[in-house]
Amino acid sequence: MSDFFSSVADYYNYLIYIVLMVIGLYAIIAKKNLVKKIVGMNIFQTAIILFYVSIGAKRGATIPIIEHGHGEAVHGAGSQAIKAAEYINPLPHVLMLTAIVVAVATLGVALALAIRVYNRYETLEEDEILAQLREK
Amino acid sequence: MRTLGILVAALTCALLFYAMGDFPPWADPGSAAHTHVSPRYIEKTMEETSVPNAVTAVLADYRGFDTMFETTVIFAAGVVCFFILRLPKKEGPIFRRYRHTLTGMTIRVKCTRKIPPVLEEFEMIDNLWAPHDLIIKTSCRILVPFLQLFGLYVIAHGHHSPGGGFQGGVILGASMILLAISHDLRTALARMGEKVHALLCPIGVLIYAGTGALCLVLGRDFLDYGALAGILHVDPVTARSHGILIVEIGVGLAVMATMIWIYNNISSRGEYDEGL
Amino acid sequence: MIWELDLVILSLVVVAAVGAIAIKDLLGSAILFGAYSFMMCLLWAIMGAVDVAFTEASVGAGVSTVFFVAAVFRTTRRSKD
Repeated sequence: MSDFFSSVADYYNYLIYIVLMVIGLYAIIAKKNLVKKIVGMNIFQTAIILFYVSIGAKRGATIPIIEHGHGEAVHGAGSQAIKAAEYINPLPHVLMLTAIVVAVATLGVALALAIRVYNRYETLEEDEILAQLREK
Repeated sequence: MRTLGILVAALTCALLFYAMGDFPPWADPGSAAHTHVSPRYIEKTMEETSVPNAVTAVLADYRGFDTMFETTVIFAAGVVCFFILRLPKKEGPIFRRYRHTLTGMTIRVKCTRKIPPVLEEFEMIDNLWAPHDLIIKTSCRILVPFLQLFGLYVIAHGHHSPGGGFQGGVILGASMILLAISHDLRTALARMGEKVHALLCPIGVLIYAGTGALCLVLGRDFLDYGALAGILHVDPVTARSHGILIVEIGVGLAVMATMIWIYNNISSRGEYDEGL
Repeated sequence: MIWELDLVILSLVVVAAVGAIAIKDLLGSAILFGAYSFMMCLLWAIMGAVDVAFTEASVGAGVSTVFFVAAVFRTTRRSKD
């Protein structure tokens, strides 16, 4: 039984990342409202970030800020060696940190486009916009 | 479209579940991601840059080129919002509402799109939604300076604690957005106008790229902050730490200005007269 | 890293994501997306990614929710699906 639980804990993160990604993909394709599509796009992005951060997690390690790393003591010969196994992998964090900020910038552009579309067609529904385009 | 969506989603789901078996178990210290590049970053960051926060060191020094273009992407997003919403000319007269401050009377005036100057006895109020809540206005006004102080702390203390240019810039931008929400957009624009944030945005990117170019001029590689040691009168390792701080300030300025720029454009539909 | 807490919050995240997609009111969708982002931020704090959690708390739960509310205010709350 405990075997089952530990195997669930091993792969649950990846399972949820797949579920979230599929939710986002479904929303982008099948939802007709433009703002819903943008929400779906953001959920998709967050799922990818969840995947990367899950890869970066390390058992028995602490956050990637070097302990006793202040002041001049570190330059001296007395400082103990830093072991990589004691700290979580910082590389996925760096990549995803910038990805989040770029995500909010693209969100701003997407919402600006949605507002322009609403100003022109007075609706956010994809089928109504397409119907108006066909009439012309 | 609905069936197609379900079909594509199910197909992707099946493929990803099939691939999931090859992933290493969650938080396994022996997985490939933990054994190749990152140990070098963790072990050498203190020795080479004297920055305890490994994320900041990797972000601004080891992968500085990457971060520079991320900042450029954010700047580009701000400019694109400006082009989409602000630039197209709007036609026709509009109506504005004014409140006479002495009598409390509200009048409706037909005028042009240009925002008129501030008058003594008349206060301009929003057409769509004009709440007047003293408690919210006062508490937000008290909160804003502390938020900005915290934002500056987050930028400056990113070497030793979680934080850095991106987070601090967003907090600084959020403080101005809070002012715009709790009062109105005109109050926030009087504190920080359109020209100011449109200029701060490229200045932030320029600080980043300029630091890199300065290192190039001083005879080292692009963004190799060790070259700044001669100017700053410190040893090369400390110069790297200072170089990271300069770059973080540039990132903070660019991110702050872009957040305010995008918010102003979206909330006023590009007209800059009344916001959320 | 406490994996029990991790499982609970991961399940809540899926509920918030499905809610944000399924709800008919766009303002409600924006608010649920804010809740989703905040729970993601908790998740990353649990996994030790403090910088990412900090960024998500200020960007995802703060500024992007404001952007959504501003866009919904400037367009419409109505949604057919």
